[in-house]
Amino acid sequence: MSETGIGKSVKRREDLRFITGRGRYTDDINRPNQAFAVFLRSPYPRARIVSVDPSGANEIEGIIGVFTGKDLAADKLGDLPCGWLVKSKDGSDMKVGPHPPLAVETVNYVGEPYGVVIAETLAAARDGAEVVVTEFEELEAVVALDRATKSAQIHANVPNNLCYEWALGDADATNAAFAKAAHVTKLEISNNRLIPNAMEPRAAVASYDAASQEFDLVTTSQNPHLERLILSAFVQLAPEHKLRIVAPDVGGGFGSKIFVYPEETAAAWASRRIGRPVKWTAERSESFLTDAHGRDHLTKAELALDKDGTFLGLRVKTRANLGAYLSTFASSVPTFLYGTLLAGQYRTPAIYVEVEGVYTNTAPVDAYRGAGRPEATYVVERIVETAARELKIDPVELRRRNFIPPDAFPYQTPVALEYDTGNYGASLDKALIKADYTGFAKRRADAERRGRKRGIGFSCYIEACGLAPSQLAIQLGAGVGLYESGEVRVNPTGNVTVFTGSHSHGQGHETTFAQIVSDKLGIPFENVEVVHGDTGRVEFGLGTYGSRSLAVGGSALIKATDKVIAKGKRIAAHMLDASIENVDFAEGAFSVRTSNQKLTFGEVAFAAYVPSNYPSTEEPGLSEKAFYDPKNFTFPAGTHIAEVEVDPETGAVEVVSFVAVDDFGHVINPMIVEGQVHGGIAQGIGQALMEHGVYDEAGQLVTGSYMDYCMPRADDLPNFTIDTTVTPCTHNPLGVKGCGEAGAIGAPAAIMNAVTDALGVVDIPMPATPERVWRALYRA
Amino acid sequence: MKVSLTVNGRDHVVDVAANTLLVDLIRSRLGLTGTHVGCDTSQCGACTVHLDGRSVKSCTMLALQAEGAEITTIEGIGTADTLHPMQAAFRECHALQCGFCTPGMIMSAIDLVQSANGTLDERKVREGLEGNICRCTGYHNIVKAVLRAAESM
Repeated sequence: MSETGIGKSVKRREDLRFITGRGRYTDDINRPNQAFAVFLRSPYPRARIVSVDPSGANEIEGIIGVFTGKDLAADKLGDLPCGWLVKSKDGSDMKVGPHPPLAVETVNYVGEPYGVVIAETLAAARDGAEVVVTEFEELEAVVALDRATKSAQIHANVPNNLCYEWALGDADATNAAFAKAAHVTKLEISNNRLIPNAMEPRAAVASYDAASQEFDLVTTSQNPHLERLILSAFVQLAPEHKLRIVAPDVGGGFGSKIFVYPEETAAAWASRRIGRPVKWTAERSESFLTDAHGRDHLTKAELALDKDGTFLGLRVKTRANLGAYLSTFASSVPTFLYGTLLAGQYRTPAIYVEVEGVYTNTAPVDAYRGAGRPEATYVVERIVETAARELKIDPVELRRRNFIPPDAFPYQTPVALEYDTGNYGASLDKALIKADYTGFAKRRADAERRGRKRGIGFSCYIEACGLAPSQLAIQLGAGVGLYESGEVRVNPTGNVTVFTGSHSHGQGHETTFAQIVSDKLGIPFENVEVVHGDTGRVEFGLGTYGSRSLAVGGSALIKATDKVIAKGKRIAAHMLDASIENVDFAEGAFSVRTSNQKLTFGEVAFAAYVPSNYPSTEEPGLSEKAFYDPKNFTFPAGTHIAEVEVDPETGAVEVVSFVAVDDFGHVINPMIVEGQVHGGIAQGIGQALMEHGVYDEAGQLVTGSYMDYCMPRADDLPNFTIDTTVTPCTHNPLGVKGCGEAGAIGAPAAIMNAVTDALGVVDIPMPATPERVWRALYRA
Repeated sequence: MKVSLTVNGRDHVVDVAANTLLVDLIRSRLGLTGTHVGCDTSQCGACTVHLDGRSVKSCTMLALQAEGAEITTIEGIGTADTLHPMQAAFRECHALQCGFCTPGMIMSAIDLVQSANGTLDERKVREGLEGNICRCTGYHNIVKAVLRAAESM
C-alpha cells in the first residue's frame, strides 16, 4: 500500500499555507474601490422601529449611504427562509414568523440588524452608525424558555409563540410499557445554550457588475451552493446563474456558517445599490449576538425498566428554544436530528417523544456541532446512568444488558431509523481497558486522601450522520435533496483535478479526498488537486455539516472515479486490441488478462485527449461527474469515559482523564480523524463545564465576549486517549461513517455523569461551573 | 502621523491615524494578512506577533507605539521551503485544522519556548498558551507540537 493511500496518516497539504500565513480567508480579500459596511443593530430584545434618522451620519465625511430594511423590502427582497418544514403532531404545518433580511417594522432580538451604513472607510462607517438616531418603542420581550408559551406574542401569526408541537414514536405502546414497569427513573434536565465561536468571524466581500448583472460574493460559508440557491430562489437577490459565491479558506464553522444570514445578504444587495464592492467583517461581539446559537433545551425524561434492569420504554418531553426567527435548518434540529436518536445504543422497545419548538426574543438557534444528537445523547446517557445508580447496578453492566447485540443488525429502532451495523460492546470493552475501569476504586480512594472527590462517567453515544436519502429527507420536510456532487477531471497529462460539493473549513478534505482518488486511480497523491467552495468552479453541492463530507461527498468522488476507470478500460481495450472484459485496472495501469500488455493511466488519459488510436464510439476527454445520494444515514457510535476530580474547597472540576473509543467505520486518514475527535471532545467538555450563552431577564446577552463566555483554553483540558473500533458502513463504497461530531456528542454526558458521580447528586445543570458545583456540595 | 518600524526585516515608514491599531497596520497597510483578528477584547491571541522578540497581541497596541520596533509576523519566520521548527512541528503533529488561530498560536509558542530556557513540560505549555484560543484542535496536538519543537529550537 502506498504511503499516501487510504488508511495512512498523510500530512495535510492545507497546512503549508496556514502555518506560513498564506491562508486566504474572506477578510484577507480586498476589491479595488471597495466600501465598508457597519450594521445598525437593535439594542432591545423586542421593539417597534418608529423612525430611523440618518441625517447625522450623512454629515460625516466618507458616508456613502444609510439603508434600512425598508430599502431592501422596496427592492422586493424576500424573507430568509427555513429550509425544513416540520409538521405538528396534529398534522398542521409549523408556524413561521416572517424573517426579513433587515428588520422592517419590529426587531426581535438584541443585535438584530435593521439597517446598514456604507462608507469609504471602516472608521467612517463605524462613526456613521454611532450617530444614526433610531426611535424604538420597546415591547414586552419573551426571554425565559419555560414561560415562553404564556408570554407576549412575538409573531402575529404564531399564537403562544409555538412554532410546532412535534411528536415521534408510539405513545400507546410507551404508556403500556410504563404501566408494567418494575422501576421508573425520572430526570429533568436542561441542555445549555451555546455560542459556536468559530475563530474566524463571519465576513463578506460582495461585488456587483452592472454590465453583466453578475454578483460575486466571497463569504464565510460551509455550503456556498446552498447559499446561492437560497439567495436566488427565496431571497431573489439575483438569478442563480448570475450569482457566484466563493467560500475561500474558512476559519471553522461548527454549523454556524451553514446558514444564510442577514449581513451577507444585505452586503450583496448594497454592492448593487451603490455600484461598488462592499466589505463586511463581523466583530467578535457581533458573532456572539448574531451567529446562530446552539442547543437550549428543557427536557423531562422517564425510563421504564423491568426488575432485571431491561429497558421497557422511554418517554421524553422537550421544549426547544428556536430564538426569534427560524434560521435555515433550525426546525429540523430538535426534531428529526433529536427525537430519532433517542434509542441510543439500546433495544428500548417503545419510545415516545414530544417536542415543542418555541420562539423567544433571543438570537436564532440552529445546528451547532452535533445538532440534536448531543441533546439526544445527553438525555439517554444521563437517564441510563441515573437508572443504574437508582437500581444499584454497575452502569457498565446496565448498558451492556440493554445493548443492541451485534447480530441484530440491521436494527429498526422505534424512532424511525434503521441502524445498518455496529458493535457497541466492542467499543465499550476497549474503552474500559483504556480507562482502566478496574483501577477506578483505588484512584477514587487516592483522591479522597488528597481531599478531592473523584467521579467516573460513561457515555455510549450513537449519532446519525451522512444525512440522508434525499427522498426520505424531502418526505420529512427538507426543502432540498441531500446528495453530494463530485467531478474527477483527468487532465491530458494524467494528473487530476477533483471538484467536490463538500466544503472544507478545517476538516482537511484537500488531503483526504486526494488520498481516496489517488489511491483508487493508482497515481501519486501529488497528482491530485481538490477544488471546493466555489459555485463558479464546482457544479453543485450541499456543503459540509452533519459529518457528511466523506460518507456522501467522498462517495460521489468514488462513483465519478469508477466512471473514469470504466471509460479508461474501454479506451485501453481499443488501444490494446482486447475485449473490455479482459482489461483490468490496478495500481495505475490497464492490463490485458490474456497477455502481458499494459498501458499506464497517463497513457490512456493522453489518448483520450489526443484521440488517434481511439474507439469510434467514445467521446474524447476523460472527465466524469457523479451525484451520490446516500441510501441511509450512517451510524457512528462509541463509548466515552470521563474521570473528573472536584476540589471541594472551590468547586472546580478538573478533567483528569478522557477516553474515547469510536466506531467510524473505515478510516481514511487516522491523524485527521483523531484531530476531529480531539476538537469535538473539547467542545463537549466546554459545554459540560464552561460554556453558556446567557440572556438576562430583560433579554440582554450577558455573555457577549470572551471575557464573559468561557471558552475552553489549553490549561482547561487534559490530553485525550483516543482509539477506534471498526464495523464498516454497509451502504457506501468506502464503508465510512463520519467523525466530525462524535466528540461533541459523546463528551457532555460522560463529563456530567462523572461530575454527578463525584458529587453524589442526581443532576447539576450544565455548565458545571465551580459556583454550581460548590453550591451542590454545600446545599445540604 | 508617521511611524517608522521594521517588519520582517524590512524598514517601513507608514502614515497612520493616531487610533490605528498595530494589527490594522500589519494587515491593511502592509498586506501581511497572516496575522488575524479573532476577537475585540484581547482574548483570542490570533493577532499575536513578535515585537523586539517578545510576543504581543497586535490588536492591543497602537501602531504608533511600535515606533522604532522590530516586528516579526508569521510571514517572517519561515517559508514553505524553509519552515521554522515550530511551523514544522505544527504540521508534523496535526496541530492545526482551520488554520485561523495558527499564526498567533505559533508566534506565542515560539516566545514560550524561547523564554522557557529548556524547562517546558506539558503543564507549562498549556498554561503558557492560555492567551490563545483554538476552537478546532482541543489543544492536544498543539501541546504535542510545542514540546516537539522545543526539542529542536
